[in-house]
Amino acid sequence: MIDTLNQTLRRLPEWPLYFLGFLPAAWLLWLGVNGGLGVEPIKALEHELGVIALQFLIAALLVTPLRRYAGLNLLKFRRAFGLLGFGYVCLHLLTWLALDMSFLWGQIAEDLLERPYITIGMAAFLLLLPLALTSTKSAIRRMGLRWHKLHRLSYVAVVLGGLHFVMQEKVWSLQSLAYLAIAVAVVAMRALWLTRRVARS
Amino acid sequence: MAYRWKNDLTHADVTPKGLFLNRRQWMAGAGAVMGAGLIGGQARAQEALEPNTFEEITSYNNFYEFGTGKTDPAAYAHMLTTDPWSIEIDGMVDNPGVYSLAEILEGMTIEERIYRFRCVEAWSMVIPWNGFELADLLTRVGVQDGAQYVAFETLVRPEEMPGQRSPILNWPYREGLRLDEAMHPLTLMATGLYGEPMPNQNGAPIRLVVPWKYGFKSIKSIVRITLTDEEPPTTWNMQNSREYGFYSNVNPEVDHPRWSQASERRVGGGLFARRIPTLMFNGYEDEVASLYEGMDLSEYF
Repeated sequence: MIDTLNQTLRRLPEWPLYFLGFLPAAWLLWLGVNGGLGVEPIKALEHELGVIALQFLIAALLVTPLRRYAGLNLLKFRRAFGLLGFGYVCLHLLTWLALDMSFLWGQIAEDLLERPYITIGMAAFLLLLPLALTSTKSAIRRMGLRWHKLHRLSYVAVVLGGLHFVMQEKVWSLQSLAYLAIAVAVVAMRALWLTRRVARS
Repeated sequence: MAYRWKNDLTHADVTPKGLFLNRRQWMAGAGAVMGAGLIGGQARAQEALEPNTFEEITSYNNFYEFGTGKTDPAAYAHMLTTDPWSIEIDGMVDNPGVYSLAEILEGMTIEERIYRFRCVEAWSMVIPWNGFELADLLTRVGVQDGAQYVAFETLVRPEEMPGQRSPILNWPYREGLRLDEAMHPLTLMATGLYGEPMPNQNGAPIRLVVPWKYGFKSIKSIVRITLTDEEPPTTWNMQNSREYGFYSNVNPEVDHPRWSQASERRVGGGLFARRIPTLMFNGYEDEVASLYEGMDLSEYF
């Protein structure tokens, strides 16, 4: 059963995922322009884009556990998940800079320096940047083992992203705490595997 | 009362219905305003203020008793029973007691006040409230010597207020004002907006409106008013004292750990609305700055 599924998945191309993955962004933009996001569409758009970014980043980090524990092989699509996550982080950041902050650079700089949840969000973006830049097949081949080491930054980035979500809430919210918990869980799994591997060798 | 506050807006900003209802008030106040205008040292920001639509005012609310989402109050507040309603007035007053809403409204002049409304989250609206001055109520119940603060409480009724079923805040929602702030003619007990009875999601049937303070000070659905000689505990200050002070005056120069207060976005401008600068005391500096003379506003934030 899982083998048939894996074989079908292997035959599917990767590129349609990028197209499908950006449909929600297009839909949100359309809603925002047409009043479908309520009377304060900028905040709604910013929030939704951030949540979707976290969903894709978590999806990318779920590929390995799914293969390990469920035998499901989505490796072929992992890069698309990661890049889509990064794409949504970029849209989220752009929405903040352009629509939310009206490019008021003085206030933007102040926010980055003085408001910890914004500093943390920006740090997550910066950590993802080199990962997106080294996502080509040739970069993976060229960098070899160093590529794997570099891409462990995604663990830090996804936890910072969850933290950024929790910290911008005025009160504890179940939704953001759930995202942070899942982010921590997928990273903790790696730590566990690593310590086991070390113990075995 | 030294003077009664007057809008700095023209009747062009008022809805026809509101204008009709308040024309007498409007004309009576006109002379007083001219006098006040000459005395006022600083020029008040003369922006073209246009009230937000009824839909905007009633569909984007913070009222955690109904949930933390901005649209939760509009979705769930219909469950709230607002009639019968009474307010317990106690503490350092001559005539303490439980007053029905009708008793409280008896003899009060309901007027329209078009106020700027600035949320601590850096969004704002312009709202045509209907209500009476809190000072008139306090004078009627008789404030005793020595009272220095007024404390307010919101209704606790989890069966009708689903947000109260989880301990997101320490219920009941509490707010407070210094007595001179409470007696200020700008301070309003609002019973409606746009000439309509107060919508439930906006704090029916009666709420406070303190336009120079961040919106969370303007406590909704009030059931208790207490005169006291001690600074009362207030909900958001109890939740996070570093972020929310007792005073919480709108102040673009005092930084907030979570949101820059230098600018704001007026709700209703759509996806490409630009930020506008936030005004000191939300544009009511001429009227209220004297209340805080000699105080370090970054300490008493």
